[in-house]
Amino acid sequence: MSHPQVLTARMTEHPTDSHTLERYETTGGYRHARRAIDMTRDEIVDLVKASGLLGRGGAAFSAGLKWSFLAPSRPSYLVVNGDESEPGTFKDRQLLERDPHQMIEGIIITSVANEVHEAFVYIRGEYPKPARRVQQAIDEAYAAGYLGQGIFGRDYDLDVTVHLGGGAYICGEETALINSLEGKRGEPRLKPPYFPAAKGLYMMPTIVNNVETVSNLPHILEMGTDDYRALGHADDSGTFLFSVSGHVKEPGNYELPHGITWRELIFDIAGGIRDDRALKAWIPGGASAPWFVPEHHLDLEITKDATGNAGSMLGSGAVVVMDETTCAVKAAERIVRFFSHESCGQCTPCREGTTWLEMILRRIEDGSGRRIDAELLLDVSDNISPGLTWPPKQTTICPLGPSAVSPITSVSRYFKDELLQHIEQAGCPLG
Amino acid sequence: MTWPAEVQQRAKELIGRYPDPKSAVMPLLYLAMRQDGYLTETGMQEVAGWTGHTPAQVQSVATFYGMFKTEPLGTYLVSVCTSISCMLLGGDDVLEAVEDETGVPDGETDADRLFSVEHVECLGACGGAPAVQVNYELVEGPSPDQARALCRWLRDQRPALVNTDDMQERFGGRRSFDWAIAEERSALGPFPAFGPYGTVWEGDK
Repeated sequence: MSHPQVLTARMTEHPTDSHTLERYETTGGYRHARRAIDMTRDEIVDLVKASGLLGRGGAAFSAGLKWSFLAPSRPSYLVVNGDESEPGTFKDRQLLERDPHQMIEGIIITSVANEVHEAFVYIRGEYPKPARRVQQAIDEAYAAGYLGQGIFGRDYDLDVTVHLGGGAYICGEETALINSLEGKRGEPRLKPPYFPAAKGLYMMPTIVNNVETVSNLPHILEMGTDDYRALGHADDSGTFLFSVSGHVKEPGNYELPHGITWRELIFDIAGGIRDDRALKAWIPGGASAPWFVPEHHLDLEITKDATGNAGSMLGSGAVVVMDETTCAVKAAERIVRFFSHESCGQCTPCREGTTWLEMILRRIEDGSGRRIDAELLLDVSDNISPGLTWPPKQTTICPLGPSAVSPITSVSRYFKDELLQHIEQAGCPLG
Repeated sequence: MTWPAEVQQRAKELIGRYPDPKSAVMPLLYLAMRQDGYLTETGMQEVAGWTGHTPAQVQSVATFYGMFKTEPLGTYLVSVCTSISCMLLGGDDVLEAVEDETGVPDGETDADRLFSVEHVECLGACGGAPAVQVNYELVEGPSPDQARALCRWLRDQRPALVNTDDMQERFGGRRSFDWAIAEERSALGPFPAFGPYGTVWEGDK
């Protein structure tokens, strides 16, 4: 592959010890954290703004802009979001496990930029091995004087604590994550007023950044904004980690620039469809994203805007590929079941709506679907996300409910005949 | 009932990691599971005492998150992912094989409390689908037959500790990415093995 690797370079070149402090330092590590301590908050924030770095957790919001919203009261906190749970996504797991010091250096830079002296890394509970690796790296960094009191021999204290989740997808939503870290149920908070940058952890200004976002920071300081932007494509700067799964020959995490096409990603990079079957559909950005189909989207450039204009999103970079043997109704049922299971239950449209959507899809798949069900699915969806628009409107505190609507509108748009066949034939036409 | 001195010491250390003791409720719930094998009422009351939550608040937290189990569990909690990417590559067949081999239906524990079996939502192992975890230690890409063999091995060998790298080597298939190097630390029971929580085997000392 000729695409330059940045975040995954060390683990590729030094597979057996990329997670150690020794290897991290012999490959240039921690130089930029040292440098950051001598920079002013504004200098770092402006640099990150200029780099064009967008959050890699799914929302793609400018990281530098997010930092610039930090309210002036102190203490401020940093929470690194490693609660990676969006179906199809497994890139943060690799970054945590294989290059934890890269993230820690990013934490130091982010902390200095936001006057943070206490940072937390929230890692999902089902990731004990990544958590152990990160803890090992944190211990090494403390021992070397890069974390703790007076880091790098300077007048700056920084503590980093790993916190394990308890198996709840919703905690990936930043305000739910903050509630969870405060020892509460992981229920999202209303925004406004609870924007983390103003009223976050313990009601203090808080930055919540994704693992991949933070891991980019040492490279932005290393390369400077122009070179960093040049890695990307137009407005999408830097590289992007795609997690490709499903019916491709070579599933995996691929670090790529934006601007290639879906055809290149699925057929060249991920090796094409298993057994050379036909491609039926793919999810371009995690289970929350509306699906793409080969007839319309294969030669679309992979950029934030092109994906958004075509009615979907790059989200967390999870590309789930489905071949011609996949039942669209069953795939939708599985995704809706996920959101139904993970709904925190605060908002009625989401709690009740996702439950009904799951039940209706299951009865269609099982051959007990009713004639009105195709309409009923859209009607229930409309109560969760009025107008079924993209980007979605919501009747809920957070976007989880509208996420469950994406597979419904996708099936309705591209596989309506297949859905109706299920009802008419009282069963799945694919067997 | 109070915890033994060394567990109390661990609780104090965990509380010390946060600006507010209430934040330590999740780590302490894992500690309580380590003590009793699952979350008992006594365990949750103990956590309430340490963190300053009411017992009802602790219970409301415990029941919100899927990994805090308030019913007795087997020695081995076998979790099979059946979310979208795993479903596409046979996760349902792996679940069926696990249920059949252990004789334990999804969501239940056997009378001997050897196995608990559950289907779970996405484990972040989609590139190595289908994914299985034993006591949260991951095995990527097992076939239904390999999943059966894994269950037989657990039943016949009754390993006191399970470890992701060891199980992957024995029963795994395709991985999401190169795991590169194996580590030896292992899970002691049906809760995540993490050093600071006292839930990981650190080797013979």
